[in-house]
Parts: sequence; C-alpha cells; structure tokens
Amino acid sequence: MSTVETTADSHDEHDDDHHDHGEFIAHHFDSAEQQFDSGKLGIWVFLVTEVLFFSGLFVAYTLYRYHHPEVFVDASQFLDKVLGGINTVVLLFSSLTMAWAVRAAQLGNNNFAGKLILITMVCAAAFLGIKAVEYSHKWDLYILPVSYYNYMEGYHPEAETGGIAGALNISKWLVTLSMLPLLCLALFSAGALFMAATGKRLMAQFMLALAIMMSGYFVGAFAGQTYQNWHEANLAAEEHAGDHGHDDGHAAESATAGPDSTSERPPQIGVFFSIYYCMTGLHAVHVIAGMAALSWLYLRCLKAHFRPDYFGPVDYVGLYWHLVDLIWIYLFPLLYLIN
Amino acid sequence: MSATPQAQKLFGHAEENNYLKCSSGIKSWLFTLDHKRIGIMYLIGVTVALFLAGIFALILRSELFTGDENFLTEAQYNQMFTLHGAIMVFAFIIPSIPAALGNFVLPMMLGAKDVAFPRLNLASFYLWMFGTAFLLTAMLTNGLDTGWTFYTPYSITTTTAVIYATMGAFILGFSSIFTGLNFLVTVNTMRPKSMGWFKLPLFIWSLYATSIIQILATPVLGITLLLLIAERVMHIGIFDPAYGGDPVLFQHFFWFYSHPAVYIMILPAMGVISELISVYSHKKIFGYSFIAFSSVAIALLGFLVWGHHMFTSGQSQLVTLVFSAITFSVAIPSAVKVFNWLATLYKGSIKLVTPMCYALSFIFLFGIGGLTGLFLGTLSTDIHLHDTYFVVAHFHFVMVGGTLTALLGGLYHWWPKMFGRMYNDFLGRVGCFLVFVGFNLTFFPQFVMGSRGMPRRYARYDPEFEIFHQASTIGAFILGIGILLAFGVLVHAVFFGRKIGGNPFGAASLEWQSSSPPSFHNFDHKIHMNAPYDFGAMVYDEEMDTYIQRDFVTPESPEVPAAEPTKA
Repeated sequence: MSTVETTADSHDEHDDDHHDHGEFIAHHFDSAEQQFDSGKLGIWVFLVTEVLFFSGLFVAYTLYRYHHPEVFVDASQFLDKVLGGINTVVLLFSSLTMAWAVRAAQLGNNNFAGKLILITMVCAAAFLGIKAVEYSHKWDLYILPVSYYNYMEGYHPEAETGGIAGALNISKWLVTLSMLPLLCLALFSAGALFMAATGKRLMAQFMLALAIMMSGYFVGAFAGQTYQNWHEANLAAEEHAGDHGHDDGHAAESATAGPDSTSERPPQIGVFFSIYYCMTGLHAVHVIAGMAALSWLYLRCLKAHFRPDYFGPVDYVGLYWHLVDLIWIYLFPLLYLIN
Repeated sequence: MSATPQAQKLFGHAEENNYLKCSSGIKSWLFTLDHKRIGIMYLIGVTVALFLAGIFALILRSELFTGDENFLTEAQYNQMFTLHGAIMVFAFIIPSIPAALGNFVLPMMLGAKDVAFPRLNLASFYLWMFGTAFLLTAMLTNGLDTGWTFYTPYSITTTTAVIYATMGAFILGFSSIFTGLNFLVTVNTMRPKSMGWFKLPLFIWSLYATSIIQILATPVLGITLLLLIAERVMHIGIFDPAYGGDPVLFQHFFWFYSHPAVYIMILPAMGVISELISVYSHKKIFGYSFIAFSSVAIALLGFLVWGHHMFTSGQSQLVTLVFSAITFSVAIPSAVKVFNWLATLYKGSIKLVTPMCYALSFIFLFGIGGLTGLFLGTLSTDIHLHDTYFVVAHFHFVMVGGTLTALLGGLYHWWPKMFGRMYNDFLGRVGCFLVFVGFNLTFFPQFVMGSRGMPRRYARYDPEFEIFHQASTIGAFILGIGILLAFGVLVHAVFFGRKIGGNPFGAASLEWQSSSPPSFHNFDHKIHMNAPYDFGAMVYDEEMDTYIQRDFVTPESPEVPAAEPTKA
C-alpha cells in the first residue's frame, strides 16, 4: 500500500489560506512561481504551434523551389533587397528593445519598460509601413498572385494625377493601404485629447502611445517611399546614360536585365508571388497581433503592474515577438536573397 | 449520507457548495471559468452535434435501404454524407472525450483546482461554438459536397459553401489546439509535487499524448485550410492544377493532420478504457508503464503514416512502401494495450455494471477495427479495398465502436461524480446491449459488401448488395435507439437518480476523493495521495454507502472508527 501523506504539498491549502497570494496570482495557482512556469510552458507550446502553422507555407516554398529553381531566382529579383534589409534591421532592433523591456519589467522598472515597449510598437508599425510601400509598388506593376499576375516587361504605371495619390505622387494602392492606419491615428489622437480634457491622465497617455505607434507606420511608409523614388530616379538616369533601349522599370538590379530577360517569363512565376504574399501576409498579420499585445503590455506598464515576482506577461509577449522576428529572419533570405 | 462528520472529513462539506449550485443564472454558466462547468457545456454541445450528425446518418441509411432513388437525389446524398462526416469528425469526435470528459476529470485526477489557463479553456469552448456555427451555416446556405476531406481540385471548383465549412474546421482546429495546450501545461505544472509521472492515472497519459498530437498536427490543418480558402478566393496556384499547383500536396497536408487526428479521436478512448477495466475488475492495471508508453508511441508513430491514405494517389512507390511498413508498426502499441487490458481482467473481480459492459464491448469492437486496419495497410489488399465500404466499416469500428463506446462508458463511470446521482444500471446495460448489437448489425455487413466491391459514397447500388445494405440500415436504427436510451438513462439519473457518496465504485484515483458532485474548488479538504490503481487502499463503508481510504479505519476496529454518530 503506497499512500503518501503530503503535508508539505501546497495543493492541500484551504481556500482561506489565500491571503498571501499576490494581486495577480490566479486563484487556482498555489504560488507566483507555479503561475509563471505554467505561462512560460504555455507560451513555448504556443510558439511550437505557430512554427507548425507556418510550416505548411515553408513546405510549399521548398516544393516549388525544388521543382522550379530558375523561377525563384528570376522572381526574387523583383523584391527590393534594400527595403527588405531595412525591415530586417527594424525588426532586429525591436527585438532588442523587447528583450530590454523584459529585463526592465523583471527589475520592476515599469516606467522604463513602458518606454522600451513603446519603441518596439513603433518599430512594428514602421515595419508595416515599409511593407506597404513594397506591396503597393508591386501591385502597381501587376505583380500579383498567379491568377492575377500580369506583369509586362517595361510597363510603367501611369503617374497618378488626381486625388491624394496624385498630390503626393505616390501609388494609389499605398493610399488605400494607409487609410486604416490614418483612421487609427486620427482616432487615437482624438482619444488622447479627449481623455486629457476629461482628466483621465493614464488613458490619455495610453492613447497618445497608440497614436505614436500609428505614426510609426507613416514614418516607415515615408522612408520607404523616399527610397523607392530615389531608386526609380537612379534607374531612369542609368537607362538614359546607357541608352540600352531595354526598359527595366522594376525595382531590381538592372544588371540582371540582360537581353534575354525581356523574353517570356515562365508561367509559374506567379506561384512565387502567391507564396510571397501568403508568407509575408501571414507574417504581417502576426506583426499586427503583436502590436495589439504590446499595447496591452504598455497599458499595464502605465499601471505599474510589473514587479520582480510578477513580470510573466512581458516575458511571454516578448517570446512571441522574438518568434515573429525570427520568422522574418527566415523569410528575408528565402524570398529576397536568392542568388 | 455525506452529511456525517466522517463524510465531511473524507469528502469535504460540499453538499450545498457544489459546483452546480454555488452560483446560478445563465451568465454564471456562460462566463464560468470552472473546468467542470466548461466540461458540462462541452458535453451538451458535442451531444447535440452527435445527434445532429446521427440523424444525417439515419437519413443516409434510409436512402440506402434500396438501390434506387428513394427520397434523396444524388446531389443531396453527397451533401448528406459530407455533413455527416464533417460534423461527426470536427464537431463531435475530436472534442468529445478530451474536451468534455477530460475537462471535467483531468484537473481533479491531478488534485488541482482547475486547468492551468481557465480563460483559454472557456475561449476554446466558444471557438467550438463558432466553428460549429460555421459548419451549420455551410449546411444552411449552399450545403457542402466535397466529403469531409475537402480534396482539391474539386473543392476549388464546386459551387457549394466550401469557405464556410473550411472556416468552421479552421476555428474548430484552434479550439482543439487550445484544449491540448491547456491540458499539456496543466499536467506538467499543476500536479502535486509528490505525484510523479508514473503515478498519473492512465487517462492522463492518454490525454497528454493526445495533447501532443493536437499541438503538433492541428496547426498544419489550419494553414492548409487557409490556403484552400485563398485558393478558392483568388487562385493562388498552390493546390490548383489549373495554375500550376499540386492537388496531391493538399492531400499530403491534409493527412499530415488528419491521420494523427485519428489518434486524437482514439487515444483518449483508450485512456478511458484503461480506467474502466481496472476499476471494475478491482485489480491493479496490468503493465502500467507499457500502456503509458504505448500512448506516447501511438502519438509519435501517428505522425509518420499519413501516406497510407494516399496509396492510390500516385505518390512514389518507395514512399508507399515505407508508409505501409510504418503503418504496421502502429499495430504494436495498440496490441500492447489490448493485451494489458485482457491481462488486467484475468482473475479480477469483475463487476458487469454498465461502464464495464461498454469497456468490454470496446475491446471487442476495437479489436475488429484495428485488425481490419491491417488489411488496409497492406498494399496489395488496399488496392482492392480502397474506397469501398470496407474502409467505411473499418473506421466506424474504430471511431464509433471505439470512441463513442468509450465515451458512453466514461460518462457512465463519471456521471455519479458529475451529478452525485446513480443511474439505473439495468437500463444502462440494456442501452449498451442495443448499442453493441445495433452497431455490429450496421457495420459488419459493410465489411462483406466492401470486400465484394461496393464503393463508398455511392447513392445507388446493384441489387446483389441489397441484403447487406438492408441489414445495415436496420442496425443503424437499433444503434440510434440504443444511443438515445443510453443518454436518456443518464439524463434521467440527473433528476431522479439515487443520491450517492463520493466514491461509489471504489476507484483509487484522486477525483473520487471529492464529494459528488464536487465542490467549486474540487477538494475542500486534504487530499490523500493514493496510487491510482491501489484498490487495496479502498474499503467499503456501509454507514456512508461509499468507499473510503483504509487508512481512515483504525487497525483495532477494522469496521468503522469509534465514536461514529448514527446515520443521519
């Protein structure tokens, strides 16, 4: 008979023993440590499911690259290495600030942790801004998933004449993509003013942070577009100087545009862009989810919730954010740096 | 009964504080974070799904009573079997035992107050609701005629509501992931420190193995279904051959999830059976560690055999050969379990109560279901049997004869714990008998007609198969009546059953140390750490009409401790 009395076992606590529980320890946990360990294991398992969620796309990528290696080499020339590279740096930097925020929360420095989280949020939004520039440029050129793919060598989109796009001399797609961030920026700014006016200082500060985050999107989009314009101008100048007659208007290295490259591209090239849009799109969705989670953390920092024995949420969101970063670290070379 | 001080000491004083009564009103249920209430809500949900899809099955069988058109057109027939399959698989079987029974029992078996993430648990339930709602939306709009497997390219071109249905399956997938994640973390971190891995009840082991599959396989289904939706909406050319895609890739992705999903369905059932066989033989489970590890082995091997669904899809012969070989290896851990159950029965003091009847019928039906799987895993015979009623009969023997039988057995076993009342055992056994007879009458003829070439999913058939189809249809109605009776007996017990003590069956796992029904916090008192199959530690106490720990009975007076008040 192997019955064991567990006098030391904390599970045997009575309910009225709960007075030593911290403010944020859920009732079903015995200790802060048990809660932290559960959350940590939970988030790691969740990350495993995330990796597997992306795995289908990576398998599809592998398969089609194996069958059509030349298509992938050719198609990746359409992706702008510089913009992709800037985005990589932005995300890496955001991972740094995130890791630093975890440390600050661990030390109970809510104020500093909040600032670092805000920087992370801004980086995330800037990433999306640059991504929007990349997307809109491709859509202009009809570089789309396979069924809509209709890129023609030498095609230059008509310069927009009317509306905001014409006024700013940018793609109408970029204007469309920027509408939602603009709306959010306006709402958050108005919210911040309203909260400040009604004396809710904490919420005003939170709304202001959200507005700052959204303006990060426009910083990213502006930087991306500036680079894009400069690059286009460069290409055009090169063409005039060389006077080749080959019109390689897209954002690729013009050096690859030898005489042969004007010939028909293989029909499967659209599949590359299907995979590109699926992978980067799904990644972007994860970035947006991360922005929501980070905002929630920022609010909790404002409320000074974190302390050395309770910083789990920052840690968990941090791990998630690193994974989002890591997925991009894989996507960038796989899509942009072929050859 | 449990009002006596002795009972309060042993089972807590939860008579008035139990989880069913501690708060009331519809909101106290809809927003509850209590794993027991979520388990009950899940149970109601999956039962509704079972009856709905069961009605579809009866409609199908009625149509098949003769070989000509009776009341369903071919198109309606296609929709009917698709919805039967999709609802049964995604909305019923996968969540049935883990999310309904497991939710209720798992934390209590660990002596914990709740699962690790109660809010995630509730979210999982609501995702189940939404996912099922999407499946029903598909049914009510254009229907669905792809089969539950959504094979491309047909699923890209059909005009039926594939997107609603795939969204439903996608959401149900996340419901399943959340349950698995929750259980895995709960088992890892919420155990008492003195409860090592090998002191866990085997039901926990099987749920743990199930969780691993849910976590590792379901996300792949998620991305597959998303890609299918993208393919339908804008033709991304990954699965669509018209745009250079590969439809067989869809099959690979789909079965990479859906084969392990078969083990999501059967592993928890095996865990339930391990409990039932041991408790109702009143004998320590034979080969504990073999059963435990065979669960894990099945979970891991399950990931390596998906290609056996695709023997005729045109995958390479070498791959086919390897998949066939690994498929056979799954038979080993499955057989290990069956042998250990039989060895547990040997010289046990077997009580043929309702749960035990279900457990024994499980062993019989699962044996047939498992062995016929070998015919399908063998390449040469599979070419003949592929897409025939033989396959239909095989997986119904495992899914219905296995999982549904185990679910019913588990419900009868834990019902007194859930509601504190005893069911009518005689009617329970009658229900079990009807289920067993009806089931065999339904599906055994299908083996015969399948091996004679009756293809699955056909609305019409040749006259030579009529006798088998008619037997099958009659059996299906008997099965339906049996299931109805089984649930009727349970529901009757909730309201009119005899009140019962904390541990009526002398089981040794921790959940039986709570009062019946348990209090809100599961255990109001000190837990006595038993080994889960140490039935010698349990002794029947007539005063309280329940089993108690032998330790509480002093050695001098082995009957009842002194100073016992008279029965209240």
